[in-house]
Amino acid sequence: MSRLLLVLLLLAAGPALAISDPREALPDPAQEQRAEALGSQLRCLVCQNESIEDSGADLARDLRGIVRQRIAAGDSDAQVIAWMTSRYGEFVRLRPHFDASTALLWASPVLALLLAGALVLRRRGAAPPPPLSAHEQQELDRLMREDV
Amino acid sequence: MIGELGHFALALGCVLAVIQAVVPLYGAQRRDVLLMRAAPALAFGQLIALAGAAGALVWASVVSDFSVANVAENSHSLKPLLYRITGTWGNHEGSILLWALILAVCGAAVGAFGGNLPTALRARVIGVLGFTSCGFLLFALLESNPFLRVWPPPVDGQGMNPLLQDPGLAFHPPILYSGYVGFAVPFAFAVAALIEGRIDAAWGRWVRPWALTAWCFLTCGIALGSWWAYYEVGWGGYWFWDPVENASLMPWLTGTALVHSAIVVEKREALKVWTVLLAIGTFAFSLSGTFMVRSGILNSVHSFANDPARGVFILGLLALVIGSSLVLFALRARHLASGGVFAPISREGALVLNNILLCSICAVVVTGTMYPLFAELVLGAKLSVGAPFFNATVLPLVIPLVAAMSIGPVLSWKRANLGAALMRLWYAALVALCVGLFAAWGWGALPALAFAGSAWLIIGALAELIERTRLLRVPFAEFLDRVAGLRRAAFGTALAHAGLGVTIAGIAGMSLASNAVVALQPGQSTHLAGYDWTLISLTDAPGPNYQSRVATISLSRDHLPIAILAPERHFFPLQNQTVSDVAIRTNGFRDLYAVLGEERDGAAVLRLHYNPLAPWIWLGALIMAGGGALSLSDRRLRLGAPAARKAPAGAAAAQ
Repeated sequence: MSRLLLVLLLLAAGPALAISDPREALPDPAQEQRAEALGSQLRCLVCQNESIEDSGADLARDLRGIVRQRIAAGDSDAQVIAWMTSRYGEFVRLRPHFDASTALLWASPVLALLLAGALVLRRRGAAPPPPLSAHEQQELDRLMREDV
Repeated sequence: MIGELGHFALALGCVLAVIQAVVPLYGAQRRDVLLMRAAPALAFGQLIALAGAAGALVWASVVSDFSVANVAENSHSLKPLLYRITGTWGNHEGSILLWALILAVCGAAVGAFGGNLPTALRARVIGVLGFTSCGFLLFALLESNPFLRVWPPPVDGQGMNPLLQDPGLAFHPPILYSGYVGFAVPFAFAVAALIEGRIDAAWGRWVRPWALTAWCFLTCGIALGSWWAYYEVGWGGYWFWDPVENASLMPWLTGTALVHSAIVVEKREALKVWTVLLAIGTFAFSLSGTFMVRSGILNSVHSFANDPARGVFILGLLALVIGSSLVLFALRARHLASGGVFAPISREGALVLNNILLCSICAVVVTGTMYPLFAELVLGAKLSVGAPFFNATVLPLVIPLVAAMSIGPVLSWKRANLGAALMRLWYAALVALCVGLFAAWGWGALPALAFAGSAWLIIGALAELIERTRLLRVPFAEFLDRVAGLRRAAFGTALAHAGLGVTIAGIAGMSLASNAVVALQPGQSTHLAGYDWTLISLTDAPGPNYQSRVATISLSRDHLPIAILAPERHFFPLQNQTVSDVAIRTNGFRDLYAVLGEERDGAAVLRLHYNPLAPWIWLGALIMAGGGALSLSDRRLRLGAPAARKAPAGAAAAQ
């Protein structure tokens, strides 16, 4: 209930300023870069469609802090993501994990190309269309001549 | 009183739309010329009625008539005049009215400029547009009436979302909707062709200008939305793969495919069935875009005014329009004989490849956008699909698209020689390679790929023009003759393709952007991207309906002053909401961008960005739309197929 209230309050407040505290950043630039890359793959759970790096919500700030803590403690990227999904579920990942439930999603580019390719091949294999009648051909020739 | 007049005008528009849907279609079926000829007049009548309704709503908002519920809920007496006018379409009811008004403009435009269409085709097109209008006007009257009164009227209005009080967003909906709704015309042409059971080259020639106009508007609308997100929302990004953004990208992708496949119909009478399907699909995506934004079925930061009841009505409308046109397609498509045989390596082949890739990208965007809903309803899994997914899956499809874009226009129709075509592009390939290597050396693989693609597109577009005009290979006078003789559509193609190159360069530049979040006391400075950013002062300033906090930042490079940036924070007491007003200084090649955040112990938190080539993203979109407009001004398209109407008389005389 209190969580729902929090969500409602945040929504009522409108998009907050997505600005973070300079003290949040890790002192090591390489680690900070890793943290930003990871953060942009994690969803701010109370926001509409923002990563925790983009969002100004309090929860996003807390999660940013956690990501940086784990990285400073020496966790790998995979460990940080695993930590997040174990607490917040797959919903927290903006880049969904590949498994049976997302196979269709990840295969969509290949499936789309295959489908399109199959359509083209079928079309090419189809019987040639009936030729135009003499009158239609005449008409067409005239139209095409005007085109030049 | 004005409110009731508006309400009456809306109802009158709906009645006229019903007549417009029934009479011309019936007349065309019965071959009754009188009924068919009534179509343009009905379309004009509907336009006048809806313009009256829209005018009444604007008037109610301008004079702050808070007895109109819509005005009371969305306006305020302190709101500046510009936003009182543009605010009428910044809310749900008003935006549906705007949608219907633009649809009426489309119908009237077909009536006004469709003089060279066969009477039956014109009647059917206007009839189908009237049918679509009916749906939206019924929706406006029954579910989202902007003219409902409240009694007693409130003392003042509730105001408007401060994020929407911005000149860029004020004109974003009309332009975007013109794009969405504009695709209703190719849709109507497609349905009319299915009813008639015939499509010929002339059909392709008639459809293309309408599709191209809608495409230009949609391109500008999407670019404007992206620009608004960049400078108003202050996230420093320009594209978030947000459901609402994706919803506008879907019809753009299929619309781009449509603009290209219509060329094949016009020139070679091939791909007819496919083009009809694309026309239907593009409008279906336009409609479902509205549905997604309005129903709140998908999480989005852009949508306002969600209401499930309205969602159900729009879903029903969507099912009716798309379902009936697809049924018609299934019944009649096989009667549309296809012509024009061509080899895989040919201009037609390249345009087919364009269609395959654009539609595949669209399929990925659709899948990614709808998948969370699908997973929750069907698989019971709650998951998110965000920017990292789209970036990873769309990019592999964009690469071949860009590679083929420069080659396609230099291929000949029917059968082409790929090797010879590539030889004509050798310098474009060389420049792209050099740019790519240079960029790879400095910035890594992905930016290098993007910069190379951008150079390939821009130089490739130039190469196509050079090829057509035979620059340096013929005497200069003949070259000038060839330039003068070149069709504007050829320039349009080159310009639009180069425009995409410019946009890609902008995106590549933005991938090299740097930013910093700093807390500065007045007088302190920081260093970012070679510039010294010094906070000079923090001051208060009054605004029309907000209080403003202004940070003045001076920028210098090697102790030479470059610019003063003044980002602001606006507090709107009415909504109890704070909105940042970003300060941007651009020189066309890079943006210096500053956002003012909270203040703590006398220090202001500032987010500072250095965004190389950022303006090119929207400049490129503008160039693309300019290319489309140039194509439109081509004499052949403007005149349509002028002799088509005389044809039956000539044919009769010949017999």
